[in-house]
Amino acid sequence: MTTPVPLLSVNNLSLGVVRSGHRPTMIVDDVSFAVAKGERFGIVGESGSGKSLTLRAIAGLLPVGVDVLSGSVSYEGRDLLSTPLAARRRLMGPEIAMVFQEPMTALNPVIRVGDQIAEGPRRHLGLSRAAAMALAIEMMAKTGIPDPAKRARAFPHELSGGLRQRIMIAMALSCRPKLLLCDEPTTALDVTVQHQVLRLLEQLCDDFDAALIFVTHDLAVVNQTCDNLAVMYAGHIVESGPVKDVFRDPRHPYTRGLLDSAPDFDQPDRELVPIPGFPPNLADRPPGCAFAPRCSHAQSGCLVASPPLVPLAPGRSAACFESDSIFRRVPA
Amino acid sequence: MSTPTALLFRAQEKRRSTRTRSLKAWYRNPSLVAGLIVVGALVLVAVLAPVIAPFDPVKQDLQNSLLAPGGAHVLGTDKYGRDVLSRLIWGAQVDLRIGFMAVLIPFVFGSVVGALAGYFGGWFDSIVMQIVDIFFAFPFYVMVIVLVFVLGAGEVSIYLAISAISWVAYAKIVRGEVLVAKKQDYIVAARLGGMSHGRVIVRHIGPNVMSQAIIYAMSDIVLDIMAIVTLGYLGLGVAPPTAEWGSMILDGQEFITTQWQQATIPGLVIVVTSLGLSWIGDGLSDLLSPERRK
Amino acid sequence: MTTSAVLRVSNISKSYHVPSPILSKLQPGARQRGSLTALDGIDLELRAGEILALVGESGSGKSTLAKILVGSVEASAGKLDYRGRPVPAKRSRDATRRIQMVFQDPYSSLNPRITVGAILGELLRLHKIVPRNQVRAESIRLLNLVGMEEDALDAYPSQFSGGQRQRIAIARAIAVRPDVLIADEPVSALDVSVQATILELFTTLRADLGLSILFVAHNLAVVQHLSQRVAVMYLGRIVEVAETAELFANPRHPYTRALIDSIPRMSESSVNLELVLEGEPPSPYDIPGGCRFHPRCPVAVSACREIDPALTAIAGDHQSACLLANELPPFYSATTS
Repeated sequence: MTTPVPLLSVNNLSLGVVRSGHRPTMIVDDVSFAVAKGERFGIVGESGSGKSLTLRAIAGLLPVGVDVLSGSVSYEGRDLLSTPLAARRRLMGPEIAMVFQEPMTALNPVIRVGDQIAEGPRRHLGLSRAAAMALAIEMMAKTGIPDPAKRARAFPHELSGGLRQRIMIAMALSCRPKLLLCDEPTTALDVTVQHQVLRLLEQLCDDFDAALIFVTHDLAVVNQTCDNLAVMYAGHIVESGPVKDVFRDPRHPYTRGLLDSAPDFDQPDRELVPIPGFPPNLADRPPGCAFAPRCSHAQSGCLVASPPLVPLAPGRSAACFESDSIFRRVPA
Repeated sequence: MSTPTALLFRAQEKRRSTRTRSLKAWYRNPSLVAGLIVVGALVLVAVLAPVIAPFDPVKQDLQNSLLAPGGAHVLGTDKYGRDVLSRLIWGAQVDLRIGFMAVLIPFVFGSVVGALAGYFGGWFDSIVMQIVDIFFAFPFYVMVIVLVFVLGAGEVSIYLAISAISWVAYAKIVRGEVLVAKKQDYIVAARLGGMSHGRVIVRHIGPNVMSQAIIYAMSDIVLDIMAIVTLGYLGLGVAPPTAEWGSMILDGQEFITTQWQQATIPGLVIVVTSLGLSWIGDGLSDLLSPERRK
Repeated sequence: MTTSAVLRVSNISKSYHVPSPILSKLQPGARQRGSLTALDGIDLELRAGEILALVGESGSGKSTLAKILVGSVEASAGKLDYRGRPVPAKRSRDATRRIQMVFQDPYSSLNPRITVGAILGELLRLHKIVPRNQVRAESIRLLNLVGMEEDALDAYPSQFSGGQRQRIAIARAIAVRPDVLIADEPVSALDVSVQATILELFTTLRADLGLSILFVAHNLAVVQHLSQRVAVMYLGRIVEVAETAELFANPRHPYTRALIDSIPRMSESSVNLELVLEGEPPSPYDIPGGCRFHPRCPVAVSACREIDPALTAIAGDHQSACLLANELPPFYSATTS
């Protein structure tokens, strides 16, 4: 918050599917946020909110068919989207690294995990084979993998899900990136292992002074891991701010709906309040606020114009015309 | 709590729009439409053969043999003076009939065997798969030719020979699909609903596994017509003087230098037929491929 | 305690024999894969009208137990009683009807080629739940019961969202008027905002239809919200059973304590920064001797390596399978801010 020049800033980014003869289907619409050096930033949303694609656009890993329609992603002042592909690849690893949801598909099944970790340092840091392998084993030890020298010779399928995710983290951090992108890294893991991996991510980001962008659907995980967050709905950021402020005092009805519908272990007797209806069909989006059809606060104006994301307080913004009248139905 | 929230919001939970209709409109599928037009035209020609064929296809007229195209005989006459166009039209009847019939029998038999093997597994499945593997080890044409040779030339022998061999392909395809389908929770749910195995196979698995077999059947008709043509060419096909495209090519090839159209035009008709059928196959595979999740 | 059990599981075990690959037999010292023990002597009862949560991590055997209860998997050993009478291995149509299941994945659990009306109608006719001329009315009643409209009858499952599909799957399960519902992680494939509506629905079904529900889950916050009792599974065993409030306030097994401390919290004040449990669950191919939790247990003593503790009552309705169950320190859920 206090750093004047952010490490990464996403400005008015729009992603969509372009088909000839049709208006492009907007999947991510005019999204802007900034992440400071060492900051832990969460992006929360449900399936189809565009959170994962936003992350993939930063990493340059958009699936075929999804294009950047407008906007920029600026990393340490340079625009990544206009950087040539080759130069961009050189950034992936030593500057920006990514951890995926499903480590089994993100790791190469026929290469020993030690070699997979060592590949980055050899290419980006110019280390010799032996030095890179030593670093790989050191990184594995840092991620809490028991007996790393032996495990380095294992293939991905010989390891459990938790160990594979640690390998992914070791791989991502092996070139000491300044920014770590995580796409639901613990969703496929068991509760006790999720807890271990989250602690590990935090601790390593502190050790390496890396910033973290953490995409998840789980509010509680964001609460445990992140400093600031953005809530996405139907391709828009609807609310952003420090995690503790947003949780205590959400100013967008969707954020409030999410908080009220999720069971909270610390409040077992609280009634769960579901959000009625569905997210909109992105290909056929009506005008006005995307959340209006599901919103109990919607006024006639909400169906006409889409509210912009406006600052409410230092560090906080929300995209709602009625944000002054939003408060948690069930106080935390 | 007397009115659960789940019910309060019922009104808002309208069904999703037509975007996810399970079957796309078939007429918007260009290859299916093109294929149906081509094959439909051929079938029409075959059915209307008695009406539209200008001459009797088997009547010999040795005085007018090997006429060049033009005049009364639009495509000329063959060495016995038979009208080539009429033989082509009547040949459509024979070749299409054998092609469809020779697919129908193995399609039904192979699908049933494959579905049972895939669903029940065990020793029955092992035996079926051993047989399938043995059949796949031999080239299709060699087996068909040998069988027809043993059974004697003729239409019934062709049905029998092709059916005896090509059912294994359907068995293999359907078995594979059943193995996938039977692991789906909806099959467990059907069993928990107290339904018998037979009902589960026919009603719950069947519609989900037949699409691949139907698509394959389209290309199989092509293969069978080629086989009939090949058999006809080898003299093992339909007994002369019945008009049939393969034997027309065989008869025409002696005159390829002087009367090239004698062999070439039946060949072209076969190519067009195959093209039409594979377009239908393509279109069907678009249309029938199981809806993937969003 | 004995009369109200709708379903009683006694000493049920399930093991799978996994043939080791031929090549690994040639290689000396290769890991021997003999048999996988999915369930190892399970005793459990589902009481009339309760929601019993069955929690555990992957590999704990909770889904296998659910499948044995509905009869889609056969137990290797043990006994299953329904209202005091043993359930035979080959269930009659009526016995099958009484215990129905709701699956985790609402996409795989509905046949894509059959309309919703046909799915329900087929069951209603087969079991003669209502006279034939009332099948449609009954289908509509079922849909309304799960919060859906009549117009769903003629639609195919692909026209619905995940949450709606799960409602349809629940309507199918209750169509045959079962006594018991086995729900295998029914909300874990759904978005958070939709989960709440399905959880409400289970509560309603229990209250209005008197169903007894076994709710398999891994999310303890959900379990705490929904269930009356909780059974915790670890590596094919039940390690602790208690009433929900009692279990979370006073857990008497170190594994339960670790699970509770691992729950990601929503409140700022209860963010847990401690690393509560080292390591991961061992492979079910190779279950540790003694107490199966001892290699990861922070309080294990030498006896834990020798003795395999049975599930025993420690107070009233509270059972634990820990040698130190009565010596564990008082539990304060981690609240380091």
